[in-house]
Amino acid sequence: MAEVLVYVDHVDGAVRKPTLELLTLARRIGEPVAVALGAGGADTAAVLGEHGAVKVLTHDASEYADYLVVPKVDALQAAVAEVSPAAVLVPSSAEGKEIAARLALRIGSGIITDAVDLEAGDAGPVATQSVFAASFTTKSRISKGTPVITVKPNSAAVEAAPAAGAVSELSVTFSAQATGTKVTGRTPRESTGRPELTEAAIVVSGGRGVNGSENFAIIEALADSLGAAVGASRAAVDAGWYPHTNQVGQTGKSVSPQLYIANGISGAIQHRAGMQTSKTIVAVNKDAEAPIFDLVDYGVVGDLFDVVPALTEEINARKG
Amino acid sequence: MSLRIVVTVKYVPDATGDRHFADDLTVDRDDVDGLLSELDEYAVEQALQISENSDDDVEVTVLTVGPEDAKDALRKALSMGADKAVHVEDDDLHGTDALGTSLVLAKAIEKAGYDLVISGMASTDGTMGVVPALLAERLGVPQVTLLSEVSVEDGTVRGRRDGDAASEQLEASLPAVVSVTDQSGEARYPSFKGIMAAKKKPVQAWDLSDLDLEAGQVGLEGAYTVVDSATERPARTAGTIVKDEGEGGKQLAEFLASQKFI
Ligand SMILES: Cc1cc2nc3c(=O)[nH]c(=O)nc-3n(C[C@H](O)[C@H](O)[C@H](O)COP(=O)(O)OP(=O)(O)OC[C@H]3O[C@@H](n4cnc5c(N)ncnc54)[C@H](O)[C@@H]3O)c2cc1C
Ligand SMILES: Cc1cc2nc3c(=O)[nH]c(=O)nc-3n(C[C@H](O)[C@H](O)[C@H](O)COP(=O)(O)OP(=O)(O)OC[C@H]3O[C@@H](n4cnc5c(N)ncnc54)[C@H](O)[C@@H]3O)c2cc1C
Repeated sequence: MAEVLVYVDHVDGAVRKPTLELLTLARRIGEPVAVALGAGGADTAAVLGEHGAVKVLTHDASEYADYLVVPKVDALQAAVAEVSPAAVLVPSSAEGKEIAARLALRIGSGIITDAVDLEAGDAGPVATQSVFAASFTTKSRISKGTPVITVKPNSAAVEAAPAAGAVSELSVTFSAQATGTKVTGRTPRESTGRPELTEAAIVVSGGRGVNGSENFAIIEALADSLGAAVGASRAAVDAGWYPHTNQVGQTGKSVSPQLYIANGISGAIQHRAGMQTSKTIVAVNKDAEAPIFDLVDYGVVGDLFDVVPALTEEINARKG
Repeated sequence: MSLRIVVTVKYVPDATGDRHFADDLTVDRDDVDGLLSELDEYAVEQALQISENSDDDVEVTVLTVGPEDAKDALRKALSMGADKAVHVEDDDLHGTDALGTSLVLAKAIEKAGYDLVISGMASTDGTMGVVPALLAERLGVPQVTLLSEVSVEDGTVRGRRDGDAASEQLEASLPAVVSVTDQSGEARYPSFKGIMAAKKKPVQAWDLSDLDLEAGQVGLEGAYTVVDSATERPARTAGTIVKDEGEGGKQLAEFLASQKFI
């Protein structure tokens, strides 16, 4: 059976969920071979093996942390040369897309980004994309070279499928470009203890209607009652009420949770671009004409300062 | 010393219009008005700021690959303050994919001459966010991408990239390719004077042969990807909408419970 390379997104050996989703998708088109780079790469083997990786190729070097993107492209290219895979799958993060693009160019292949589904086809893997702010669904494939496809988080359910997960060291020679862009400083983001926005099953968001950073506490309280991540519209972010890393939309994160709750958000096209593929959509907005109501499964026309705390209280009461 | 900046700007269908696909599954550009991709305004803005903050002699060229109407995007960038423009236009470009686009842009950037390329973080139609990285790969220069802060001094570009796990400070020597996010600072509005001045600024037109490229390398024929189908997402079935008369929170909790979220 053909092998499929899966690029592993991990933090010091802790594999992030979108990678496990990729392993599920990879099994539809072949046998997953994972590539885990940098510090802790070898520690990923157990979890990757549990989720279907037959092999885990690792390589650690300081270049991965000290320089931007290119060292990882060099390594992935070495893995392609070693494995001759049927496809290469990469998580659709900002960095993942850049790595995938440069790899595709080097190996003479096409690239598809932000796939939301993947299946085997007669002429290679067929990717589903959700485009134009999720108003169209396209099916595409790569017609030349080894398909390089980036996949959005929450595109597949994680399934366990025990495989060998045999670790072997990848041999990598860094290119002249590898040290071109130096990372001279790094400030890690503080963890809030809440789920990752892009990976969360439930996202509770606040917009301009929240009207102040201190009021975001009621959005957070609702999120915590549901074990959800907190999102924000750009208007709320630009006003300085919530960090940009929590922005949902075209220039923020795109999320696709089971449940999205929009509070005090009008539903501008650029916001919708980042949340329209959510399975169930709920909105609280005092304006019955707000465009967000065109998308909802359930909407409450009302003041969020009344509705949201009442909802939180009710949820907490039911949890008893 | 002089610094030559090339800003890549894309002409895209207005996102607030009713965007759709033509029969050949390329973007239908006739039905919806086009404009300068809003995220490229941030790239133009940063180029102008670098120019204004520099003691060097800085020249800002804006470059687009697109159909005839794409001149509108160039005019907008010129009226913001860019010095000159390059328009790559050729019927054979119809249907070009990201790899092809980056090929044409790289050839044009080399022909124009550059020390620094500045792009937007992503277009507002394809939204791939890959062209700047592809340009760096093709040009063989460092990529310093997705910056929310950028500065250029003594042949070095520095910036801040805010990622998921960390915020990073980056540094590279020129020549380099930079892309900037919409966190890099509001783009200026063209002034009346700027709009008038733009009318006199040069717009150079190049086609594929000017760039030593052949039809088969670009367009649908040269594309590495094939779109097999594009279907409009079915309208969502109308949801339940209630008015809060004191029970809104409870009713919503009821709905969430019925859907097994609580
Ligand atoms: C290139 C570009 C990229 C962009 N990217 C993004 C992006 O990634 N994400 C994004 O969100 N936006 C983005 N935007 C901005 C977008 O166009 C909108 O401006 C933004 O989404 C509006 O945010 P909002 O809905 O919070 O605010 P508004 O549109 O002002 O809506 C506020 C809503 O809150 C309601 N409200 C007010 N008070 C209350 C109350 N007490 N109770 C209940 N409801 C109340 C109002 O009725 C209104 O509907 C982008 C724009 C551009 C041009
Ligand atoms: C809905 C849709 C889906 C697509 N999917 C794919 C796909 O999966 N694979 C694929 O190979 N192609 C795809 N394309 C084609 C691709 O979007 C275009 O070929 C393209 O110009 C490059 O990608 P982008 O617009 O997404 O640019 P991005 O990589 O998002 O753009 C980043 C920056 O590059 C610069 N730039 C991009 N295009 C131009 C231009 N024409 N002129 C000047 N500057 C430019 C701008 O500065 C821009 O801000 C798709 C197009 C559409 C409309």
